[in-house]
Amino acid sequence: MTGQAPSVRLRGAALRFGGRAVFSDLDLDLPAGRWTCLLGESGIGKTSLLRLIAGLGSADETRGHLSCSDGLPLAGRVAYMGQRDLLLPWTTVLQNVVLGARLRGGRAAARETEGRAAALLRAVGLAGREEDLPGSLSGGMRQRVALARTLFEDCPVVLMDEPFSALDAVTRHRLQALASDLLRGCTVFMVTHDPLEALRLADRIEVLAGLPPQLRPVFEPAGQAPRPLDDPALAQQAGRLMIVLGDGARAA
Amino acid sequence: MKLFRVLVVAAGLLLLWEALVRLTAVPPFILPGPLAVALRFLAQFDLLLHHGWVTAVEILLGLFCGTLMGMASALLIVASRPARAWLMPLLVISQALPVFALAPLLTLWFGYGLASKVVMASLIIYFPVAAAFVDGLRRADPGLIDLARVMGASPLAILLNLRLPGALPALASGLRVAAATAPIGAVVGEWVGSSRGLGYLMLHANARLQVDLMFAALALLALFSLTLYFTLDAALRRLTAWQPESDSVSAAGFSLLPEKGPS
Repeated sequence: MTGQAPSVRLRGAALRFGGRAVFSDLDLDLPAGRWTCLLGESGIGKTSLLRLIAGLGSADETRGHLSCSDGLPLAGRVAYMGQRDLLLPWTTVLQNVVLGARLRGGRAAARETEGRAAALLRAVGLAGREEDLPGSLSGGMRQRVALARTLFEDCPVVLMDEPFSALDAVTRHRLQALASDLLRGCTVFMVTHDPLEALRLADRIEVLAGLPPQLRPVFEPAGQAPRPLDDPALAQQAGRLMIVLGDGARAA
Repeated sequence: MKLFRVLVVAAGLLLLWEALVRLTAVPPFILPGPLAVALRFLAQFDLLLHHGWVTAVEILLGLFCGTLMGMASALLIVASRPARAWLMPLLVISQALPVFALAPLLTLWFGYGLASKVVMASLIIYFPVAAAFVDGLRRADPGLIDLARVMGASPLAILLNLRLPGALPALASGLRVAAATAPIGAVVGEWVGSSRGLGYLMLHANARLQVDLMFAALALLALFSLTLYFTLDAALRRLTAWQPESDSVSAAGFSLLPEKGPS
């Protein structure tokens, strides 16, 4: 990653859905170079919050003021990774990784970056699969390609929407460690509904809960991510986190 | 294996036909046997080829123009909202008007030559091609479009790199229908008014009770239509090979090619 990752401030975020206010006046801070996880039940607006930061929110549904610590606009400096791998089935793994360059600068621009893409594929453990079609890969491999494509964007801010939730437990565990390793130094915002995943990866955990949904006090797990899952402290913290999450549910 | 089965069925039907003709002793100017048709085919091969060539050119030109118009309309419809509002009714009307009813008018406007037949064939395939392509372009994965927008892609780049390749399987199914129906347009055009082509030949052979010649012309037309369909089908399959066969639109199509599978 080039340069220092900025911190991101979101002020007065609001979401309306079908004329009804889902939440309003949320303030969210993503500290520079740290991994922030947002936990919450499904349907509470986590993804909408992430889309708002990604610049994908439609004006009549979401609003909020975004700013970065370096004073530059956030648009164009964000990489996005979703739950589905969103790989193009008609082109090779390598071409999928360079998709961003292809979309912005055309075929020639993409070709110049193929060396870097191949290096990223090696980093995610897919050396030698560059010319394969995505259809021939397993779910875990496909998500690795999506991770390589996210890294290829070389953005200081990375937004992830439950990127590992469709994977089996073992694959998820491996990919969490890989992502934590490769995204070090980026300002990461990850939406998840799995408290253990948040505790394993996050430097800060925010909880969206209650009615109307509000951001609950920030939770900062101790130690360096990715944390081992067999750490007893982790289980204890998971218990506390469930109580915070559950409190919101009871209020609802 | 599949080809073998098709050949067996075809041979069986021909035998049945010949047997029927011999057993019922129906006069040859009502129904000639396949043998008589084959002999006539060989005897008048030059004549058939001369007219067949004309029809083939009409079909291919019609297929080309109709596909081009259909694809251009689909792109316009998807790319701009006003174009959608203006073109969609036109698209539906083009299908609601039977081309057969328009044929005399088209002959009047475009003459007895090549042009009216090409217009007819184009019109008949315009709707299936345009409708299938619009459908394919619109069905692009919204998640993928969002990803591209975060990546900073322009609408044009999204169209060229994501929507267009993604719409290929749908377009392919439209083109298959087009290949199967374009010959209808050309032949109907020839029936209404022409001096050349297989449709013209059939009409005149029929009027002169040369039913064996009519069948020979029909056989050549069928041969040409089938060749066109299967050549196009093979090419389209090659282009959309990335599409898993199970949920592929082409899986519904009829093909002589072996099915892809774990066999």
